[in-house]
Amino acid sequence: MKNALRKNVVALFFIAVSLIFLVKLFYIQVLNEEYKFSAKNNVLRYDVLQPVRGLVFDRDSNLIVSNQPAFDIIVVPREVTKIDTTVFCNSINIQKVDFIEKLNSAIEYSKYRESIFEKQIDAITAANFREKLYQFPGFYLRKVTKRIYPHKNLGHLIGFMGEVNSKKMKEDDFYIKGDLLGVSGIEASYENKLRGEKGMSIRLVDVHNRTQGKFNNGEYDTLAIRGKNLISTIDIELQKYGNQLLYDKLGSIVAINPKNGEILSLVSSPNFDPEKLSGKNRSKNYKKLINNRTKPMFNRALLGEYPPGSTFKVINSLICLQEKTLNVNNFYNCDGKYFFEKDRSVKCHKHTSKVNLSDAIKYSCNPFFCENFEKYFNKFDTSEKAYKNWFAHVTSFGIGDWMNNDFFSGRKGLLPKADYYNNYYGENNWNSSTIISMSIGQGELLITPIQLANVSAIIANRGFFYTPHIIKTIENELSIDSNFTNKKFCSVNKEHFKYVIEGMFDVVNSKNGTAYNAEIARFNICGKTGTAQNPHGDDHSIYIAFAPKNNPEIAIAVFIENAGWGSKWAAPIGNNLIQKYFELKDK
Amino acid sequence: MRKAKNIFENIDYLSVIFYLVLVFIGFFNIYASEFNDDANEIFNLSKRHGKQLLFIFISSLIAFFLIIIDWKFFFSLSFIIYAISISSLILILFVGKITNGSLSWFDFGNFRIQPSEFAKFATALALARYINLFSIKKFNFSKTILCFSLVLIPLLLITIQNDTGTALVFLSFVLVLYREGLTENVLIFGLSIFLLTIMCLILDFFVFLIILFFIVSVIFYFLKKKKKNIINILVLFVFCIAYSYSVSYIVKNILPKHQSDRIMVVLGQKKDPYGIGYNVIQSKIAIGSGGLIGKGFLKGTQTRFDFVPEQSTDFIFCTIGEEWGFSGALIFISLYLALLLRILFLSERQRSNFSRVYGYSVACILFVHFLINIGMTIGLFPVVGIPLPFISYGGSSLISFTILLFVFLNLDSYRLQILR
Repeated sequence: MKNALRKNVVALFFIAVSLIFLVKLFYIQVLNEEYKFSAKNNVLRYDVLQPVRGLVFDRDSNLIVSNQPAFDIIVVPREVTKIDTTVFCNSINIQKVDFIEKLNSAIEYSKYRESIFEKQIDAITAANFREKLYQFPGFYLRKVTKRIYPHKNLGHLIGFMGEVNSKKMKEDDFYIKGDLLGVSGIEASYENKLRGEKGMSIRLVDVHNRTQGKFNNGEYDTLAIRGKNLISTIDIELQKYGNQLLYDKLGSIVAINPKNGEILSLVSSPNFDPEKLSGKNRSKNYKKLINNRTKPMFNRALLGEYPPGSTFKVINSLICLQEKTLNVNNFYNCDGKYFFEKDRSVKCHKHTSKVNLSDAIKYSCNPFFCENFEKYFNKFDTSEKAYKNWFAHVTSFGIGDWMNNDFFSGRKGLLPKADYYNNYYGENNWNSSTIISMSIGQGELLITPIQLANVSAIIANRGFFYTPHIIKTIENELSIDSNFTNKKFCSVNKEHFKYVIEGMFDVVNSKNGTAYNAEIARFNICGKTGTAQNPHGDDHSIYIAFAPKNNPEIAIAVFIENAGWGSKWAAPIGNNLIQKYFELKDK
Repeated sequence: MRKAKNIFENIDYLSVIFYLVLVFIGFFNIYASEFNDDANEIFNLSKRHGKQLLFIFISSLIAFFLIIIDWKFFFSLSFIIYAISISSLILILFVGKITNGSLSWFDFGNFRIQPSEFAKFATALALARYINLFSIKKFNFSKTILCFSLVLIPLLLITIQNDTGTALVFLSFVLVLYREGLTENVLIFGLSIFLLTIMCLILDFFVFLIILFFIVSVIFYFLKKKKKNIINILVLFVFCIAYSYSVSYIVKNILPKHQSDRIMVVLGQKKDPYGIGYNVIQSKIAIGSGGLIGKGFLKGTQTRFDFVPEQSTDFIFCTIGEEWGFSGALIFISLYLALLLRILFLSERQRSNFSRVYGYSVACILFVHFLINIGMTIGLFPVVGIPLPFISYGGSSLISFTILLFVFLNLDSYRLQILR
């Protein structure tokens, strides 16, 4: 090869290498985004600033949920050196095995990044720990807030907090691993209002994870915004009194202000202390509660489904009045039994015979309502038509469907559709006699306490209701959900209510009424007892009431499980609560 | 003799400008890689950029001195300089100081010298002088052997010092010899060996054999099927197998683990983002995050926060890539290439073999540094610690490259006088 050519070969070789470099550089600098991402991963640390959770007050501005400073222990495994684990474990009261397990799980997550070693230790423990912190490189304390529930036994109402699960994290990118959120009660249903907004601080770190300053001088940093405070509709004194009334009983009380649907108290017994389900002993306590035979975690007021018993007679009489198959002036002769078939009858208890509607309610006369139920069915040419019409009426009282209140959980209860009977008995093969127990609130019918309390409110209002709700005001929001402020009417006209209410007034205020109590006459309580047959045990004792008779302020429903006659337990408890309500009001 | 007034008329100012621009690009990037929120004065001798400024000043004085003295000084002293250099390389084995695992520094209190940096210059001079001895440009066997010996002696001595990077630079003289008439078979042979080495390291030995057999069959098919050819091919085949086997044996069993690991990482045979591969990955992240136009002067996060190791010396190109982006890298590489091609151009216009061979040596030495250094920062070459001439931090390196370049510029300024 000639030398002239050779010099070109050398030069070309230089140029070729430069070009290869440029192509490679173009690829990694311009085409490939991966390196830019990795660079950010290298230097940017996103510190989440946890917002302070909103407070909850009762209707008279008593604090019922608050916050208290607590501390998380943070660990950066890479920085941890040989430390005296005995001193460490003693100072925060954990076992050595826990220490090893926690440290290993942190190492598994990342050696270089911080993870939470121990959650929510209290301020005193934290102060002790802080003194020894210099002995434990790699461990830090981070201030957080802990939920405090000043009143015990409000677990069902307020709910409790729990760690977010992976499903929720996928649905809502607000949450990251280790976050707490409301699991039940108000904490859960108003989670989005209470949680506030997280802040973010972005800092630059060097290769040793030492902070080197703020990213872009903090231009992208945001502050945490605290959660909104809530004012509940609950009257904490009445609630506590309700808890006392149900002490050692299985049951529930729901009290509503019929004028606006505000829930004054919602008691489910037995109850639990929400604070037991936060902090260190959470899982131990949770296990205890969940295994308890009396099911203290089960919110009977929202989730318990019972036959309404005789309280349902009130609804049936209103439907019959609306459909004009019941004349208030007509008297019925009760002979203690109602034969709906030749040899099958519904029994009654002893009371003076010849009853009109008000009397029938006062005495809770079974045959009267059976008779009128049949009369109502006879108005229609087929049972199915009659039932469908009846179904529509009952539904308008908020029975058999979701209540759409502001609780996280609820039940529909059970109001069978006509198809159910068509399937069960065959079309045209059933009539009022077949389902006669519906006339007295038995049979397939199931209702939750909060639904029944709403029924009580409808009667108090003479035909309308506001969906019961637990939150009255949300901070910085003009009004609550319009679902709670819209008046909803039932299908029975206002004028029919007065006869029923007369009967209910007599129940409490007439000597032979099922819930007679002379001492509370001044409150003008109207009520109706019920006794629901229970296939699993003793009858449930049930009571609905409202007061005063004119312009009512409180409407209640009381269920006491396996307690027998409504007049025996539920009615006195209900009347007692109403009495307390007025006493508190006069204070 | 060059007339005194012509001294500065005959200097190739374009090269000087390239040199100055590159040196100051180096200074500003050292400044950027050292930059943090405190103590950023330019003249701070406790900081690397401050020291570099001092080195630049010293280098300028040396450059000036090298320009004004007579060319005969270098010509006549070539072999003596070479002898001194070789002696110092031997001496260092006994009295040297170990830095980064290599025994390559003389320590004089605060002042340290790396004789291997100067050995390149000495070898270039000696090689030029030797080739200048024979008038006809023709390599016979004994001359070839002598040329290679001149290169191999310092190469082996530096290898013993465990400074593989600098030793590799001496391979640049093969390009020089090629220009001077060494048969191209040397290059082809070198390239084949290179490919063979890579193949035997990345392929399963069995697969490798099959591929080799296939290639040999194809060659055999196209060659005339003479008996002689068959024997040649068989010999070649056996040689390839023996060579590959010994290479993989050396890499896997004889080389120190960190070196064989580095080779395997570059060949993509090993992934180890926090171990051996860490340097390369961080270096690529830094350069890659620069994007098209870079993050701007002093805004590079990866280099400033020490994610890239050795960022002011061997990995200085990361700072360029991160803060100036692809456009900056394009300008930088073009500038570097321009200097290299300028030196080649100047070499070709020399009338004497001595000047031309020396010029080629300068270009090739700079080029191999450029190749290995930038190649390793972008993951095309194993991580071997050698500086990027004129850019990387370091007095020995800057001064030795300045000497290398300005001796050539001196020779170039005498090009009309030096006839042979």
